[in-house]
Amino acid sequence: MKIKNAWGRPVARGNRVARGAVSAIFCTILVLTVASSTAIAQQTNPFAGDAKAAKAGESQFRANCAFCHGLGARGGGRGPDLTRAQKRHGKTDADLFRTINDGIPGTAMPQNGTTSQGVGMTAEEIWQVITYIRSVEKKSALLPAGDAAHGDKLFHSSAGCFTCHMINGKGGRLGPELTNIATARSVESLVDSVRNPSRHLAIGLIENTKEFPQEYETVSVVTADGEAFTGVALNEDNFSLQMLDTQQQIHLLEKDKLKSFKKTRESLMPAYVKKTLPDHDLQDLLAYLFQVSAK
Amino acid sequence: MMRRTCIYVFALLFSCSMCLPIRAQVTFDRLVHASKEPQNWLTYSGDYSGRRHSELTQINTGNVKNLVARWIYQTGALGKFETTPLVVDGILYGTAQDNRVYALDARTGRPIWQYQYLYPSDIRPCCGRVNRGLAILGDKVFLGTLDAHVVALDAKTGSVVWDVAAVDYRKGYSFTLAPLAVKNMIVVGISGGEYGTRGFVEAYDANSGARKWRFYTTPGPGEPGHETWAGDSWKTGGAPAWITGVYDKDTDQLFWTTGNPAPSNRKAQREGDNLFSNSLIALDTDTGKLNWYFQYTKHDDHDWDSTQVPVMVELDGKKLIAHANRNGYFYLIDRTTGKLILSRPFATTTWSDTYDTEGRPVATKESSPTLEGRKVCPGAAGSTNWMSPSFDPQTRLFYVTAREQCDIFSTAEQTNEEGHAYYGSAYFPADDAEPYWGALRALDPLTGEKKWEFRHISPSWSGVLTTGGGLAFTGDSEGNFIALEASTGKALWHFQMGGAVYAAPIAYAIDGKEYLAIAAGSALFTFTLP
Repeated sequence: MKIKNAWGRPVARGNRVARGAVSAIFCTILVLTVASSTAIAQQTNPFAGDAKAAKAGESQFRANCAFCHGLGARGGGRGPDLTRAQKRHGKTDADLFRTINDGIPGTAMPQNGTTSQGVGMTAEEIWQVITYIRSVEKKSALLPAGDAAHGDKLFHSSAGCFTCHMINGKGGRLGPELTNIATARSVESLVDSVRNPSRHLAIGLIENTKEFPQEYETVSVVTADGEAFTGVALNEDNFSLQMLDTQQQIHLLEKDKLKSFKKTRESLMPAYVKKTLPDHDLQDLLAYLFQVSAK
Repeated sequence: MMRRTCIYVFALLFSCSMCLPIRAQVTFDRLVHASKEPQNWLTYSGDYSGRRHSELTQINTGNVKNLVARWIYQTGALGKFETTPLVVDGILYGTAQDNRVYALDARTGRPIWQYQYLYPSDIRPCCGRVNRGLAILGDKVFLGTLDAHVVALDAKTGSVVWDVAAVDYRKGYSFTLAPLAVKNMIVVGISGGEYGTRGFVEAYDANSGARKWRFYTTPGPGEPGHETWAGDSWKTGGAPAWITGVYDKDTDQLFWTTGNPAPSNRKAQREGDNLFSNSLIALDTDTGKLNWYFQYTKHDDHDWDSTQVPVMVELDGKKLIAHANRNGYFYLIDRTTGKLILSRPFATTTWSDTYDTEGRPVATKESSPTLEGRKVCPGAAGSTNWMSPSFDPQTRLFYVTAREQCDIFSTAEQTNEEGHAYYGSAYFPADDAEPYWGALRALDPLTGEKKWEFRHISPSWSGVLTTGGGLAFTGDSEGNFIALEASTGKALWHFQMGGAVYAAPIAYAIDGKEYLAIAAGSALFTFTLP
């Protein structure tokens, strides 16, 4: 299904036209045949519950998925915890197949076979991975046991999260948008982000041809006019910087025109230690994030 | 009468098209002396030496700040655009990642012909569908395809002259490299080290497509090196050869580099040194017979392919090969004997703390992957990778795109199934959140010492070109094409192309005007002085 004819028709002269046309027809038939059989295949997992397939799937998972979803599919700072029964982009076998094969546009989840890593997977191997994921999935919902209503209050008042983070279109812009964060990261990674935000900086802009996304790095600049700003890098290359300052103003800067430019991996987000945010409050916050994310 | 009029019209048309003289034939002799016609770019690395250096001087350190985009050719193809175009007498020949080939008016970027190779839908080449370019010889250009065919096209029309299948792609084989034309032959090396394949380098008759020879990089029974593979592991031992090698006319040898043994992360399934994986091999051009080899990484379990262009240099009267390896070491090798002269890290490495008697770094036991995983530097992508280095005879410096990233390497037992990936597990980002970065580094090839570096914000996959104008050109993952002073690394000019660079630049000239060309995003960009 990846055969592309770049110009829609053969561009050659002479006998290549005939050959191209025949190939095109043949390939179209082939594609349609394969497509229809795949479509049927994609509805149900032929290996459901098969321990041997789950083992093969684990091997595939380690090679193709664990980079973001972690060993044991428990997720991390790059990808969701797949041991949760709830899946943001659909939880049926057919949904999982589609997610793995087609990717999720606008996220770091790539189309099967298009990453820089490895060779991608056959349909059979994708089903094996799904069988593996089912084998490690927890039956219970595994939601944080906190009080979501209190978490909502904390988020929007005393903990001050909303000054920098947006949920459902409301809130600040200095930190990552958090509406879907609970389904996109493991609980451990969320806790780590609150308790020790500088340890793994949050992922920002993903450019589709670039290997790594921009991270929420802290930048401080002094312009040629002597104006000083501190904020987060929205994007950066060797020659220019696009930043949002703590007043949430965008600055577009050329580095060689700056008096000074400093970048650190000390997050602008304060570390919420247990003294300022006790464990039970953190659980409430997580419960709130899960509640928002589940909608 | 009618016929005579036609002839006049044709003669007139022909004389107009002669505004740019087209020499049809690219002979072997022209390839041997490619550096004498710097207006053309005749092989993947520019000439047979692998230096990726152009003698053109029009664009230089004094005027490069004035460089402007001349034309842009949009392919519309998605994925990593890795092509190095060829330029011959005003025509640019390039590929796109989906195995299409195009010939463009190199002054304007307007297509003369286009050709799309149709490959089956079930190919699964590693690391995305890519292609790095063509070879040209006589009146034909040559393409290696993603389903492991070699195709000869008429350079004037793009018509298929011959098309041969090298091997069954369903077993995991593919071609991604630009072929190398030598004598009357087209030399290619196979990709597919992620499968239980058997690597090879082979040559085809340029006129007929008949195979002349094939050298297997995992030796069979009775062949030297066979004893370095336990049991039948040589049958599935990988050692692909997916980067274009170089040719030494003086000794009539090909120097080719090879990739990882398979499975890449599990050496317990292939005890022994695993010759000729991760090696530099010297092959007799006419027969493909092995003259000598040098193995960079023995019994590798980190996927550190040695598929970097080996660069032939002459320094202090010695004929050498300079090679910055994915394992983080720079090697200098006597190319008349294959003997190691120098090895020294050019990036952060943790896998070796000692050298063997020949001077080769030896892996520590602690660097070997475990089930839970162990952190090793460099990471799986290596301290460099397939991106082309450059050697500048003026500065006498070797330029390499380096990468600073460590990974956690894991291993698990895996049974090989034909046509299914065979990695022996995987690698993950190290969990200590070190940022990954890269740099273009200039090394003194005689000592391996770093003279300067130009830091990249994130690791770059761009190759390097040096020119007689005192410049080093490279690209970055943020989409910039950058000109540096070759002697100091000072950035003199840049242009934002809007897509990451996974290719190496070239230089050419038409009507006395120097051009630079590089692939980025989905487009081929060229630059000239205004």
